[in-house]
Amino acid sequence: MTQSDVTNRLEMRGISIEFPGVKALDEVDFSVRRGEIHALVGANGAGKSTLMKVLAGAYDSYDGTIWFDGVPLTIDSPAAAKRAGIEIVYQEVDTALVGYLTVAENICLDVLTNGQLKGFIRRQRYEEIAERALRKLKASIDVRQRVSELRLAEKQLVLIARALVQESRFLILDEPTAPLSGRETEQLFRIIRELAEEEQLGVIFISHRLQELFEICESISVMRDGKLVSRQLLAGQTKETVVEQMLGRRLRQSKREARPAGAPSLELDRITVTGQLNQVSLTVRAGEVIGIAGLVGAGKTELCKTIFGSLPVTAGSIRLHGETRHVRSPYDAVRLGIGLVPEERRKEGILVADPIDQNMTAASLNQFVNRFGFLQKTKERTAAKQIVQQLSIKVSSTEQRAADLSGGNQQKVAIGKWLLADASVLVLDEPTKGVDVGAKAEIFQVIDQLAAEQKAVIYASSELDELLAVTDRIYVMYDGKIVFETTTAETTEEQLLWYATGGQQNE
Amino acid sequence: MNDVLHEPTAKPDTPRTAPGKPVLRFLNDWGIVLAILALILFFAMTAPNFLQGTNLVNILRSISIVTIIAIGLTVSLTVNGFDLSVGSTATFASSLVVSFFVWYSLPLGVSIGLALLIALTVALVNILLIVKFKIPDLFATLATMFIFEGVAMTYTGGGSISAGMPRLDGTPTVGLIPESFLKISQAPWIILIMLVVVAVTHVFLNHTRHGRFLYIIGGNPEAAHLTGIRVNRYRAIAYLIAGLLAAVGGILLASQVGSSQINAGSGYLMPAVAAAFIGSSFAGQGKPNALGTLVGACLVGILENGLVMLSVPYYSLNIIKGAVLALALASTYYRFKKN
Repeated sequence: MTQSDVTNRLEMRGISIEFPGVKALDEVDFSVRRGEIHALVGANGAGKSTLMKVLAGAYDSYDGTIWFDGVPLTIDSPAAAKRAGIEIVYQEVDTALVGYLTVAENICLDVLTNGQLKGFIRRQRYEEIAERALRKLKASIDVRQRVSELRLAEKQLVLIARALVQESRFLILDEPTAPLSGRETEQLFRIIRELAEEEQLGVIFISHRLQELFEICESISVMRDGKLVSRQLLAGQTKETVVEQMLGRRLRQSKREARPAGAPSLELDRITVTGQLNQVSLTVRAGEVIGIAGLVGAGKTELCKTIFGSLPVTAGSIRLHGETRHVRSPYDAVRLGIGLVPEERRKEGILVADPIDQNMTAASLNQFVNRFGFLQKTKERTAAKQIVQQLSIKVSSTEQRAADLSGGNQQKVAIGKWLLADASVLVLDEPTKGVDVGAKAEIFQVIDQLAAEQKAVIYASSELDELLAVTDRIYVMYDGKIVFETTTAETTEEQLLWYATGGQQNE
Repeated sequence: MNDVLHEPTAKPDTPRTAPGKPVLRFLNDWGIVLAILALILFFAMTAPNFLQGTNLVNILRSISIVTIIAIGLTVSLTVNGFDLSVGSTATFASSLVVSFFVWYSLPLGVSIGLALLIALTVALVNILLIVKFKIPDLFATLATMFIFEGVAMTYTGGGSISAGMPRLDGTPTVGLIPESFLKISQAPWIILIMLVVVAVTHVFLNHTRHGRFLYIIGGNPEAAHLTGIRVNRYRAIAYLIAGLLAAVGGILLASQVGSSQINAGSGYLMPAVAAAFIGSSFAGQGKPNALGTLVGACLVGILENGLVMLSVPYYSLNIIKGAVLALALASTYYRFKKN
């Protein structure tokens, strides 16, 4: 490598990191130059967030080296990363901000903690610093305002301003546009371009929205399964070639036979939830499994919770078995025969501290009381045992705590709960999140069983290959809307990803 | 993005108790019972009258009110809700019931019923603040604690009420406190009431679906909500039960004292909290439960009774009672952390 090549270049060489059971990063080489706007893409689980966390000092041990300007750096803590001039803006901006402090105090947070400002702190002093930083961003935010009063886009700017105050050389933006409107995104892009040009800031831009990468980035790194697949200029690439590299293969048509479906079980007619869902219509029939495809933030979880009565519907109607129904709360939903297996299994799906039988009967306790209102615990246990057998859940006894089960078995418990409640419509939100490959296959089997029992199943996932494997029809969501509908037999992963990343119909 | 790699899937959960440490587990589950036995042994040796039948009945009688209030608190704790206002509710109920007798000469049943009903406004305000306005339970009930302490005092004109005393405006009163009312707090009755309250609550919490729902909500309100349980309704019910039992405690208190005293109920908050927390580790339950609370109240009661017998001055008792509470809390929260 020649001298000019390493000048102003941040390089990660041979980075590997392992979590229990998985090699998250495998000999990854990655580099970005000051002044460059560089895209980092990959499917879910490809390792891009892990790689950026290494760079931001979130891990204290990993294999490989990091260099800047031809000099090796030690990055083993967030403070070390900041000293090296690397700043990260995570997708969840609130985790890095202190809501009840002012904008100025938040912007100066790092300078305060690293001791650049010493002694008594004069308010004017850091308000000046903050104002100067915000001026560079051409942002009109009152520095005395509390951060908790800001809009999301403004909070992002506060974090970027904090990076500027630190005189950072590299800025990592993790999915910065996911929560932004079109206009806010444009404004953010303008700011990023200016910073790259005028401040010689190197920007690493992570996004699922491929379209916008072409607008703002000059080069791109693609990751897959913990490895770097390619690093190249974006000029000459197309969205299709990038998708191909992300997936690692051209996808054949799926050969799934559609299941025979009965009458419509659940129909949504132009359901709108302000700020979350926009005129969503869909139908799912008895014995049918439909997929809701979409990337993180597309509105899948919101849709699932809306069907389950957990979000307030502003417009539109819901029909169950042909009759219009009001589902105003999960309580209503359960009584009408709708079940939800939520995305956050341990937080929302199961009762970790409680035994398996109590988990299973939680939604159907009415069936387990005698006429004096007392619980029939033996009956509960018998019913739980039956479900344990039916779904082949691996437990030592039904009195075992749910916390002690593996992820896949916990998920089956969460599904089993709705079998006991005799739900006719089952909504599964990212049901394979955090379960291993073997358990995934078993969950698919369970879903097949459910369909065979004439349940209507809604399967929401950002894992497109899973949707192709398990569903009969697929709706693709983007930005709170359904943008595409297809039978599973007629689509490909590429086509789904195309629509899920904001691709247009007629291309 | 949701990078599943950050949540290592293979990580097993730590079991509730460390295997290979049965001694620790036994101590944790049965520690209160051991402590009670140790205390009994200690006081029996140091205070000669301690083991006499009359004294034991005395102890049971003295813990009755604490237990009943603590049982209410236990129910609110099942939904993970704390109720600091139980002492004020008790005071309020005791002022009300005595005033109904003395000022208005109302009959026994009506007086008690009305007092219970009106005292429930404390619970209603708690529900409004906690369930509707989403104020953290500790702060909301801290506020109602003061509000209703004040309401009770304002109602009684800042003084006590007893038979023969004139009203606030100076008009003489003719009402008497019925003998039958004073009887309620006598030996068999008050203990029976306590035992019934404990038994009914135990059955309610452990053998009805409502009790199950309360525990589910306490364990994970979000999961409870997404299971179709009406979380807010059950939280409201829990605070209502806590308020009701606190009011029952207040009425028994009035019966015991034979008059209404300022802030009479406030002294019951601390021992009730202690009893409920001490009891939550009883028999390895690891959650607030009625039987445990009774045992916890016994521990507190025996401690107090024995110390008095040993002539520890009353003004120093709070040091020991407070320390016991701190110990109980430490054992509860320390365990949680290990989980």
